[in-house]
Amino acid sequence: MDYMTLIEILGSTLRLGTPLLLACIAGLYSERAGIFDIGLEGKMLMAAMASGAVAALSGSAWIGLGAGILASLLFAAIHGLASITFRGNQLISGVALNFVASGATILIAQTLFGQGGRTPPLTGEARFGPITLPFAEALSGVPFLGPFYGRVISGQSLLVYLALATVPLTWWLLYRTRFGLRLRAVGENPESVDTAGVSVVRLRYTAVALTGVLCGIAGAYMATSLQAGFGREMTAGRGYIALAALIFAKWRPWQALWATMLFGFLQALALRPDVIDAALPGSLTIPVSFLDALPYILTVIVLAGFVGRAIPPRAGGQPYVKER
Amino acid sequence: MASATDTGRQATAAPAAGPPAIELRGISKSFGAVQANRDISIRVRPGTIHGIVGENGAGKSTLMSILYGFYRADAGEILIDGRPTEIPDSQAAIRAGIGMVFQHFKLVPNFSVLENVILGAEDGALLRPSLAKARKTLADLARDYDLDVDPEALVEELSVGHQQRVEILKALYRHADILILDEPTGVLTPDEADHLFRILRGLKAQGKTILLITHKLREIMEITDEVSVMRRGEIVATVTTAKTSPEQLAELMVGRKVLLHVPKGSAHPGREVLRIEDLRVTDAQGVARLKGVSLTIRAGEILGIAGVAGNGQSELLQVLGGFARGRVSGTIAVDGQQIPAAGKGATGQTRRQIGIAHVPEDRHHLGLILDFTAWENVAFGYQAAPDYQAHGLFMDNDAILRDTRGKMDRFDVRPPDPMLPAKSFSGGNQQKIVLAREIERNPVLLLVGQPTRGVDIGAIEFIHRRIVALRDAGAAVLLVSVELDEILSLSDRIAVMFDGQIMGERLPAETNERELGLLMAGVASTAGAA
Repeated sequence: MDYMTLIEILGSTLRLGTPLLLACIAGLYSERAGIFDIGLEGKMLMAAMASGAVAALSGSAWIGLGAGILASLLFAAIHGLASITFRGNQLISGVALNFVASGATILIAQTLFGQGGRTPPLTGEARFGPITLPFAEALSGVPFLGPFYGRVISGQSLLVYLALATVPLTWWLLYRTRFGLRLRAVGENPESVDTAGVSVVRLRYTAVALTGVLCGIAGAYMATSLQAGFGREMTAGRGYIALAALIFAKWRPWQALWATMLFGFLQALALRPDVIDAALPGSLTIPVSFLDALPYILTVIVLAGFVGRAIPPRAGGQPYVKER
Repeated sequence: MASATDTGRQATAAPAAGPPAIELRGISKSFGAVQANRDISIRVRPGTIHGIVGENGAGKSTLMSILYGFYRADAGEILIDGRPTEIPDSQAAIRAGIGMVFQHFKLVPNFSVLENVILGAEDGALLRPSLAKARKTLADLARDYDLDVDPEALVEELSVGHQQRVEILKALYRHADILILDEPTGVLTPDEADHLFRILRGLKAQGKTILLITHKLREIMEITDEVSVMRRGEIVATVTTAKTSPEQLAELMVGRKVLLHVPKGSAHPGREVLRIEDLRVTDAQGVARLKGVSLTIRAGEILGIAGVAGNGQSELLQVLGGFARGRVSGTIAVDGQQIPAAGKGATGQTRRQIGIAHVPEDRHHLGLILDFTAWENVAFGYQAAPDYQAHGLFMDNDAILRDTRGKMDRFDVRPPDPMLPAKSFSGGNQQKIVLAREIERNPVLLLVGQPTRGVDIGAIEFIHRRIVALRDAGAAVLLVSVELDEILSLSDRIAVMFDGQIMGERLPAETNERELGLLMAGVASTAGAA
């Protein structure tokens, strides 16, 4: 494998890792606040459909993004209502929303466009195109760093940079602000927050709303940037992979970046079976379907707890019932 | 002569300069048909320690929850420093200068002390300035009140006593002038409790007002200035501590005369019933819970195991009860017959067959199935007993029901209804059901853990009498309790456990709480050391 191939794979790692990263950080807010959210997948899917449809109708990627965020927020609000206000089972609520999203997206897209549950292909302003960062051209002659800067870092969609920015921002919010302190506390011991005179309900709704916004961006990115339009089940389990990455990252933002990029890398590899085969001795080949399955296999391994002990937020999954 | 009593009244009223720090007027609160608080009026003078005693379910916790804004009273008003004050939520309570130290701490285990202290009382959106300020304030508080805690330490790494100090610091950091402590010594060693009392006296000297809720009369006598007694949701008396006695308080709490220490004749130990040698238990995490425990108990003798909870007593009961977890080694012999310490031959069933009865520490999880009826619970563990069998495959439910009625009668279980689920009995009555089940089959060895935890004072007397009666009938009794009072008044011999080992054995007549407290803290005393 030559250097330019590696650069190419790293570029797609970043592109493919971005929705995972956004969803993972989204899940981090919710779970840190003690609300398990298995419905990341459904929210992303809703957002992908809404943004694809609205971008196609309006011709603006930005309006599409807004619609995606709104759709995801709607689902987040239902999850919040079920698990915070009505103290329902968070896993069941999440699973139910995933089912609804799976069916509703196809139904709505089919009703609107009649193209077999897809939205029409997006072009031009209706997509978030690549952005060339300053000096990308000037530095292209520099060995090693030049191509890396020019073809991995530069030339990505605006939403990729936004996703990367959520990592330090989330870290700062969690560990350096009052909001973060309270958010972490409410996921560990909501009683401590309640007795301190802070509203558990408001904090948790805020967290769930942040999850909604970020899942919305993740879905919109899928439909308006990574691909040109919405297709059925286009998230393809990315919400679950993001959950696995969140556990892998032990609910911490920087680790979430590395974990999601690892998954992104595996997805990028699956796009280049030729590279793998070339690296194998003799005439050995690896079935493409195996490569496609790799991220999911890793997900199962992570979820089964084979990667060290991950201690989730202590109050996770339990509705808060005030007593004495 | 009437004038003399008048001046006497004047004298007691005199120190109340200014309005009371807390005044409750006619507070009432119902939950459905249950009246938890009925027309409660209390005046707490500023700068005093005011005790509130009462049995479980007397309404103490409800009253405190109303003061801290968790519940709203149905009727009545609260005055703080003479001003009528609405307390709709905890935030309002904090604003009114009320701080609460709960029985179960409200701390975030993986936060530092500092983070726990500032949570909810931050000075701005950014943490850094808040943390810096809290660090300084904590240092001042530590100096002023003997409240020394490492501000950077993680709460989960602190001892229980230190965690409690963090709770007190939290309240003081929020400028609390009134401190409410709910059963604060339940989880402390005697030494830690002494330290807490020193802190409370220091706070009082600085003009803080303290409300102390407890069921331990000794503590009320030791530290309070005045004490209010609650019974069935009402205040039945408020008295000056110096002018009352534990016996009087107990009578007020229960509504009848109560013996705080059951009379018990001297023991007449007979043959050796239990011999344990070098018993070791290592749990699934690889932590050694029992580190070579050896002890013996004779027939007609009560061996009390004293110790702070979590020092291996539970594991000792589990091994003897036949449900030990983890790796177990060592030997156990009952009446000279060696029995398996763990593994296949060691089950609750096989233990019962050789006459070992067990009143477990955790009656809600091990002693009873709360959703099952009283008579079903009476059958548990003895469901195969011949007198409970009908023909063939079936149990004789009528026989069990009859037996349960008899047990409820003999053990004064109220209400005496075998069809009620176990959860609808009070703690004391639940314990009587368990006790009746275990005692009435005349065991050779009774294992009993925390027999009076969560049990009312009136029932404590009854339970203690039964345990002594069983001893007098010739059984060997292993009593595990974190209540030193209980250990001292029931035991014929006392063994103190610390960190999975027996620190020493004492005779009740030749020791005292101080010495036992030191042993419980792992300090081998020099005077009594063999």
